Amino acid sequence: MSTRRDWPLWEVFVRARRGLSHVHAGSLHAPDAEMALRNARDLYTRRGEGVSIWVVKASDIEASTPDERDPFFDPAADKIYRHPTFYDVPEGVQHL
Amino acid sequence: MEGVYGNDFGTDQQPDPDRAAPDEAAFAALLAGEGRVEPRDDMPEAYRKTLIRQIAQHAHSEIIGMQPEGNWISRAPSLRRKAILMAKVQDEAGHGLYLYAAAETLGVDRADLVDQLHSGRQKYSSIFNYPTLTWADVGAIGWLVDGAAITNQVPLCRCSYGPYARAMVRVCKEESFHQRQGFEILYTLSHGTPEQKAMAQDAVNRYWWPSLMMFGPPDDDSPNSARSMAWGIKRFSNDDLRQRFVDMTVPQSEALGLGLPDPEIRWNDERGHYDYGEIDFTELFEVIKGNGPCNAERMAHKRRAYDEGAWVRTAAEAYAAKRARATESVA
Ligand SMILES: [Fe+2]
Ligand SMILES: [Fe+2]
Repeated sequence: MSTRRDWPLWEVFVRARRGLSHVHAGSLHAPDAEMALRNARDLYTRRGEGVSIWVVKASDIEASTPDERDPFFDPAADKIYRHPTFYDVPEGVQHL
Repeated sequence: MEGVYGNDFGTDQQPDPDRAAPDEAAFAALLAGEGRVEPRDDMPEAYRKTLIRQIAQHAHSEIIGMQPEGNWISRAPSLRRKAILMAKVQDEAGHGLYLYAAAETLGVDRADLVDQLHSGRQKYSSIFNYPTLTWADVGAIGWLVDGAAITNQVPLCRCSYGPYARAMVRVCKEESFHQRQGFEILYTLSHGTPEQKAMAQDAVNRYWWPSLMMFGPPDDDSPNSARSMAWGIKRFSNDDLRQRFVDMTVPQSEALGLGLPDPEIRWNDERGHYDYGEIDFTELFEVIKGNGPCNAERMAHKRRAYDEGAWVRTAAEAYAAKRARATESVA
């Protein structure tokens, strides 16, 4: 076991430029949110890769489990009528 | 053994008998379909252990790798070179952090990995146990050592383990400037005074063979390679990657106007590759065993830097705890 406890783990999300969503860039350890932001800037945007950063404590993230990956997403699997390709369109009809 | 940044021949880890056996067939099918393994997926224990060891060793190499070049920051010959070298060394710190983060997704703590480095239970690439005697060594490291690292790392961008592959994509984007700045240093020296050119040649002479050893032992002496290939961790054999590096580097050395310290290097029309001389791996084994020129110095410096930074970590933690208490009492 380790001789010391590490700082909490933070997940880092970076918006590459205005008009785009924040995207997960990676993670880092930091003692608090302010330091997490500063470290994220130095670690993930050294070449101007971002205009905005979110940091979220990894322990605050709730995730679906890999075990139930299939059943959890089952409800979407049999509803092919949610896709436009499901529908027949008569020949020659445009802009539909 | 994997020929990554840290290609050293560590003992293989045994599977943990307490862990439930995952569905091997499903895992094999995922890999066969070029699927990616993600952190909380079921995976064979040996796959997980191999990745942890490889990624940790890679991370340690990036961190220890800051030392040989860091030695020259205060003595860089111009402000331009100094700014470039600082940016490069800072990138290597970043690479180490991306990699520790990738290793942590496999269920280990960075603090434990760092402990294992400090206690000598995990290794780093032997290339960083060679000294940087002159400014030209900084050029030779960028050109040859980063060049060899890039050759190893580009295929890792397609590694079967998602977080490792993603870290490698980021690393590879950043590496290309590392190699170019090294090449530029050597090119400048090679076109300077006779003394400068001799210095560049000497650096290349010393770093050439150790760079070739970065790819690990020859294929017929690399028992775990086949398994890493089957797992999609490794995409090309050590010798294939080494040949690729030689083929890229020989024409570059001609452009530099510098020789390579191997009289057997010549183009082989039949193979479509450059031939090169036999590598003396006994030297590599000696360096791995701890008998390289700088092993003790690198580890002593690493532990000292870690210990001297302890008060900063403690202070930051205390400050965070104080602020958390203040927020609680307001709420
Ligand atoms: Fe690196
Ligand atoms: Fe590098």
